[in-house]
Amino acid sequence: MPVLLPDYLSVILYGVLAGTLARIIMLRIDYRQYPGYPHGYLTHTALGFIASALGAVAVPAIFKPDYVAVTFLVLAAQQFREIRNMERRTLESLERTELVKRGLDYIEGIARTFEARNYLVMGTSFVTALAAQIGGLPAAILAAFLAIMVSFYFMSGEIIGDICEVVPARLNFKGSILQVEGIDIINVGLKSMREKILQDGLAVLIKPVDGNARATIHDIGQRMAMAFTAAVVMGTKKDVDLPEYTPLARKNPDTGEVGLYILPVEKDIKQLIAAVKLTPVLESARSKPLDARSNLRAVVKKVNRPG
Amino acid sequence: MSSGTILAVVTLNMERVSGGTPIFFAQNEEEQERTALYLAKILDAMTHDLGNGIYVIVRH
Repeated sequence: MPVLLPDYLSVILYGVLAGTLARIIMLRIDYRQYPGYPHGYLTHTALGFIASALGAVAVPAIFKPDYVAVTFLVLAAQQFREIRNMERRTLESLERTELVKRGLDYIEGIARTFEARNYLVMGTSFVTALAAQIGGLPAAILAAFLAIMVSFYFMSGEIIGDICEVVPARLNFKGSILQVEGIDIINVGLKSMREKILQDGLAVLIKPVDGNARATIHDIGQRMAMAFTAAVVMGTKKDVDLPEYTPLARKNPDTGEVGLYILPVEKDIKQLIAAVKLTPVLESARSKPLDARSNLRAVVKKVNRPG
Repeated sequence: MSSGTILAVVTLNMERVSGGTPIFFAQNEEEQERTALYLAKILDAMTHDLGNGIYVIVRH
């Protein structure tokens, strides 16, 4: 039916527009959420455009009906997995020359997020195209707005500020061991370094609000991510020949609280607290041992049953 | 997590150290501090104090 073609064209166009718009808006937030991330605006906008085209084309394919055409979405999923690999490779190769390491967990988190963004874009353009097909332009605008809202909800993950309290902490030396509120951080041998650290260093104490949060910040990758974010936001005085100034996060084995120490370029404790709070909770670090308790109780009861 | 390697030892007391790592003897604390600092800068490594007159230079 050639008469219907322009209709389909406008349907696809609305879908593509909504999807690409969603990706551009998300990019702005991505870079705020992951500071110090190498920018690839054009690459991601282009990939977002392709993702939204795929999502939008699915609607005419269903209505035509040409169900075989929908199977190309499988191909798309394969394609977007490649994005994750691309991100991972880029960041891993940068990691070698990074003074303050991101950590593998953080890299994996970023790679996964950037893959997931494209699925959200695909969903947005599909929903918009569907609404355009059924209800015309007004419905498409409404659907696009709602879909972008939903995407926002899914993309804004938890941050450390949601699960932990971050308070200013005191730096001191016990002999040659640097401590943050009594938590041993590292042994600093040189007296001149110790003086410099006491003079210019900053520290915060990260207090988990519950057992789940404690398990999350127990993760080494999560702690590296916090130190990295702090170093990006605050700057660091560390250099190749100054390993003493590496920002470090160590935990109190008894309470699970984490002490973070950094030698920032600008000594501003409020900004440091904000930076630590801003760190995203990594998917690989997030664990919920408290939710396992009820199952655990059932098993314990079973084990202890007499006979 | 990578583990550290001891690259050198700077000591005030020659009798308390031995082994395969390069050992540097210092006459006094000032010299020890300076030698350790120079070694750390040369090797891009970190100085740790063992608290008994021995400094170790470690690459992390």
